[in-house]
Amino acid sequence: MRNLPSPEPAPSPGVAWPKAVYEILKAADVRQIAYVPDAGHAMLIELFNADPGVSSNVLTTEEEGVAIAAGAWLGGRRSVVLMQSSGVGNCINMLSLPVIARFPLLLLVTMRGEWAEFNPWQAPMGRATQTVLEAIGVRVMRADTAFDLVDAVESAATLAYEGEQQIAVLIGQRLLGKKKW
Amino acid sequence: MTRMASSSTKPTILARRDAVKALLAKRHGALVISGLGSPTYDVHAAGDRDHNYYLWGAMGAAALIGLGLAQAQPKKRVLVITGDGEQLMALGGLATIAVAKPRNLIIVVIDNGHFGETGMQISHTGLGIDLAKVAAACGFQRAATLTRMGEVEKLAGEIRELADGPSLYVIKVAPENPPRSLPSRDAVYIKNRFRAALGLLPA
Repeated sequence: MRNLPSPEPAPSPGVAWPKAVYEILKAADVRQIAYVPDAGHAMLIELFNADPGVSSNVLTTEEEGVAIAAGAWLGGRRSVVLMQSSGVGNCINMLSLPVIARFPLLLLVTMRGEWAEFNPWQAPMGRATQTVLEAIGVRVMRADTAFDLVDAVESAATLAYEGEQQIAVLIGQRLLGKKKW
Repeated sequence: MTRMASSSTKPTILARRDAVKALLAKRHGALVISGLGSPTYDVHAAGDRDHNYYLWGAMGAAALIGLGLAQAQPKKRVLVITGDGEQLMALGGLATIAVAKPRNLIIVVIDNGHFGETGMQISHTGLGIDLAKVAAACGFQRAATLTRMGEVEKLAGEIRELADGPSLYVIKVAPENPPRSLPSRDAVYIKNRFRAALGLLPA
């Protein structure tokens, strides 16, 4: 029987992928994270906050994380920045820094405003996220299944830390599941 | 006599170049990040070093780059030298740094109360905002405003000390634009030079 695209999010995606992504980032020797929280990132943030080998920074606005990641690389550490799609808009000028200095950058962006979204205020930035990232020179990879996400993060980590590229992995809202209101 | 006493106690406003030169007279191995505009020129004028990372853009980045670097190099002192306008753009960053509690990060704001690079428009610090008080309210371990050369020289001697948390010092300086002293604008070159000085290889 052919597998039809499911109208529902993948089974328990919120349980399976954060642990896998955490393990990939640990294997890539990430020892610093910075985040503005998102419900979609909650478990990943918990895993890193509980890890004594990782410096974890909660931010007041997302562009701080872009600067922190650059400082980490200056000092020889690998950093990852977690945010929601709305936060990408806050980052644009700060992205000049990794783009012009060729600092490795790995952004994990949970998408809002694109799938079963109740809150229309999320729609404009959700629509603009990929476009503005690409406009300033950040390469975008998108994942809409847990399998693709784990694969994309592994590939993005290599591109960023080994190839000094600036990568954003967009985590589709369909994968994250519908927010309960 | 009254006039003499008055003139002898009148504070002399520091010249920014003199202040930064005094601050960097003995670096004690500190890693230095400079904020865009005049602080980058001041740091370069005090002596180009492999341990300097100069910003030419990304306004608001300096102190946060300092945080990331301080966490990556906990045994080194990290000294961020930036301007009032640059730090004002990252007021929230002071909260982020305060909760991260790096023990090896010192932020020095060279405060002329103006946006010097763009025509000397008055800034928020020129209109009464006190960045040392903001830092203190955030929970910085040390936060103070310095107005005299003796205080700057004392701070220069304290760079080597490990604190219990981050420090922020405001150095009040005259609003002036001394002749520019321009470091390389090639951010990749400066990055690789900085990392090489720490024994880190390019990718």
